[in-house]
Amino acid sequence: MSLDTLERRRVEPSGQSRSDRRDRRWRATARLDRRDRPSRALMVALVLASATLITLDQQGGDDSPLEPARQAFGEVFGPAESATSGVVRPIVAIPGWFRTHDSLRGEINELEAENARLRAESTTSGYDRNRLAEFDGLTQAADNLGYALVPSRVVGLGPSQSFSQTVTIDAGSRAGVRPDMTVLNNDGLVGRVLRVTSSTATVLLIVDAESVVGGRVGESMEVGFLHGRGILGDTGRLDLELADESEAPASHDTVVTWGSESGGPYVSGVPVGRVSSVYSSLRETSQRAVIEPFVDFGSLDLVGVVVPAGTTSDRAIVEADGSMR
Amino acid sequence: MTLLRTLSASVLVGLALVLQVSLFPHFAWQGIVPNLCLLVVVGAALTRGPQFAVVLGFLAGVALDLAPPADHVAGRWALALVVVGYLAGRVRQDVKPTAVAVVATVAASSFIGTSIFAITGMVLQDPLLDVGEVLQVILVAVLWDVLLTPFVLPPVMTMFNRLQPERATG
Repeated sequence: MSLDTLERRRVEPSGQSRSDRRDRRWRATARLDRRDRPSRALMVALVLASATLITLDQQGGDDSPLEPARQAFGEVFGPAESATSGVVRPIVAIPGWFRTHDSLRGEINELEAENARLRAESTTSGYDRNRLAEFDGLTQAADNLGYALVPSRVVGLGPSQSFSQTVTIDAGSRAGVRPDMTVLNNDGLVGRVLRVTSSTATVLLIVDAESVVGGRVGESMEVGFLHGRGILGDTGRLDLELADESEAPASHDTVVTWGSESGGPYVSGVPVGRVSSVYSSLRETSQRAVIEPFVDFGSLDLVGVVVPAGTTSDRAIVEADGSMR
Repeated sequence: MTLLRTLSASVLVGLALVLQVSLFPHFAWQGIVPNLCLLVVVGAALTRGPQFAVVLGFLAGVALDLAPPADHVAGRWALALVVVGYLAGRVRQDVKPTAVAVVATVAASSFIGTSIFAITGMVLQDPLLDVGEVLQVILVAVLWDVLLTPFVLPPVMTMFNRLQPERATG
């Protein structure tokens, strides 16, 4: 703009009024064009800003300089997500009311059949379990392994377009939740807490491509690592790499968490999934098994965060003996 | 007016983000939800031109990168949405865009935006993923965004038009 006026001033004394007018008209359309195009400086600045963010966060790793910003965004968006979820939940539940009597009865039959099958399974594995319980009691009696659960609900799911599998839950530091705590639901292991704000927490699901869980095959007590595959399908979303190449897990073996000494990030003995197929490669010296997780990650709702017994919380906690406090 | 404009644009992006994270997972297909933030940026680009859209794209991208439950390397959505704002803004003529043009712009923007996000992930090796699956996610995302266009774009574009005095009068 200032350049334009300067130029006009330079032209005016020479008295070429017609060409001047034409010039100005041209300049006017040029200005319109320019308004349509973002200034190159702005574009470069924004792209550079994005690249800087990526570099900072990539290099920083766990204590990246962006963690405080994440925290601040979490404090703002967390409660908003909780509120929205609270409004939405009853509405999306409405179709469930209109299910027919027949479909419900069919479901009851299916569940009864499954129940019977499970009861049969549990009687056959009773011996193993008893023996395991003895060992467990022996090794764990020393430390106080009375865990408690903070109940909470999933209020936000990360989109698959982000290629990471994370959820927001509505329990945060006020409820006694801290990073690296185990999250489970009544089917099995869900994931671990990545970061917390005062009222919400972000949970990394075990099916995320970056998640690694120490796993143990229930029947043979073999240990290995469970890697999330980050894939979409409903089946085979976890890989188990066994440390011992000679042992092959059988199909339908149950995999539980191995757990570490301090109980973090994963406590031991939480069921994860069932072996669905086994591959052994000659090239790599390990067995790979595909695990079908017990948890349905598409419809996560009520989950529990494992906290040490006696944690102070802003809500009722489910204690180890099943009582509410 | 500038303050009101900035404020309402930020509120709109915030609302889109919260709905995308808390409402749409209930209707998601394998976790893929419509990218409402991208739709808002495209709406802004079609009504206000690229200058405004790249700034809004950057802000929306940073919000997508940092608001829970995001856990990828921050700045990736910011970069993707800046490019989307720029490209979608270049489509705009001084006439009102037709419905077909809007839908085509949304489809192209969605494809480009999600692809840029996926490609930066591959470059950074954030999660190592199969190209076929990535393509599948991108195509379903495009489909979602196009499906949601008739419900989201008209109100968004009306809002941005109302908040722009020189275009409302001229």
